[in-house]
Amino acid sequence: MSSVPPLDVVESADPLAMPRRVALVRPDIRPAVRTTEEPYVMTFPNLIVREVILFQLVVIGLSLAAMLFDAPLEGIANPLETPNPAKAPWYFLGLQALLHYFPPVVAGVLMPFLVVVALVVIPYARINLSAQPLWKGADTLRAAALAASTGGLIALFAAFRCWPIVVPTLAVAVAMFAARGGERGGALRRTLARVTLPEWIMFWFTVVAGILTVVGTFFRGPGWSFVWPWAAGTAG
Amino acid sequence: MRATESLSRRLLDSSVYRSIVRHGTADTNRNRSLVVFENLFLHVHPVKVREKTLRFRHTYWLGGISLACALVLIATGILLMFYYHPSVPQAYRDMKELSFVVDNGMFLRNMHRWAAHLMVFASFLHMLRVFFHRAYRPPRQFNWVIGVVLLIVTLLLSYTGYLLPWDQLAFWGVSVGTNMAKEAPLLGEKVRFLLLGGNIVSENALLRFYVLHCVVLPVGLLLLLSVHIWRVRKDGGVQGPPEEPSGREEVQ
Repeated sequence: MSSVPPLDVVESADPLAMPRRVALVRPDIRPAVRTTEEPYVMTFPNLIVREVILFQLVVIGLSLAAMLFDAPLEGIANPLETPNPAKAPWYFLGLQALLHYFPPVVAGVLMPFLVVVALVVIPYARINLSAQPLWKGADTLRAAALAASTGGLIALFAAFRCWPIVVPTLAVAVAMFAARGGERGGALRRTLARVTLPEWIMFWFTVVAGILTVVGTFFRGPGWSFVWPWAAGTAG
Repeated sequence: MRATESLSRRLLDSSVYRSIVRHGTADTNRNRSLVVFENLFLHVHPVKVREKTLRFRHTYWLGGISLACALVLIATGILLMFYYHPSVPQAYRDMKELSFVVDNGMFLRNMHRWAAHLMVFASFLHMLRVFFHRAYRPPRQFNWVIGVVLLIVTLLLSYTGYLLPWDQLAFWGVSVGTNMAKEAPLLGEKVRFLLLGGNIVSENALLRFYVLHCVVLPVGLLLLLSVHIWRVRKDGGVQGPPEEPSGREEVQ
């Protein structure tokens, strides 16, 4: 075997740089393919029965909800009488909240458009496919760039006095920077240290959307003013 | 007991039953395979699945919950259509009829409403699950895009349905939303006019939302859903959390 020149194995975590696993098989080498001994089971009954049970659980849960809670019905639609506040359904309350802080073109068109574009490009973006932890190796430059961009973002939202976004953005930014160098820290910091930048962004988006929805549902009264949910006449 | 057993055996073995369901009792792996691939609806599944894809933490069954909601919504929606006229003010009167006159009318409407909320919520969680499990990676990129479109169609379905009761909640909720469309540059006003069949939320808007809600969007949803689920199978089944490579390739 000493006459055989050493085989170069190119290893790369970057699937775009190395899109396909190429095996070089020469007559004098016997390649051993990685074998994954994955146990398989019959679809029927293992999967089908689980699906049926899941469907039954959903139907039972919904039936219970339908018996316990009535769908809301207010007076007949009257274009002359505007309720205050007039609220969109809960899944659009985040959007409606943005409308309160930003010009309509920005909140109603630009931001939803950006969100959809951001979602669509996820599987095609190199940064998602390589899935490298945010803080890895020499990251001084990256830390500076991130500090500048999150700072800019927070300043932008603060300029529009959009506190329900500023506060969670600040909190997520603090967590993101706390994860830096966390490989040597406790269990939580080690977990945080493995998080990628797109995951931080998605986490931030979910937290902001959740807070805007909850605030919009329970804490907004006449004229989109802040109210406590237990104050009278604010049922959304 | 013995009598019922032999009766069911005779029914299951009868030539009529066997002409409908071609395979015998699923007590052998051969017949268990036949259950799946001789059935139009089940053959979106392979005959065998990886055992670990059945684990709860693999998918949290969120896509399944969304699909179950869609099925419940179609069933209850069709029943509700029997009692609904998309006109003003009959639409609102039909809500009252459902509440006070129709047997189980309130139950039907409640079920439809809560299933709609659950579907939006479960779809969103499903998207988060797929994202954090990185299950959008090749070869599943395009299925992620279909999923995003499905989420938008789900939101539009929920939103068009929101107008149909024609109460204050519906009217003003939809007014708020369609006023947003007005702000889009160039096409905003025209899109809004097209959607509402006028410049304000009116009877025309109710009819358009009804057609969108009961025909256009459900058909679109079912088509996209079929592609979505079919592609899951073509791409090797559901993808759970990212797996650490179990071992390095050995080159001897």
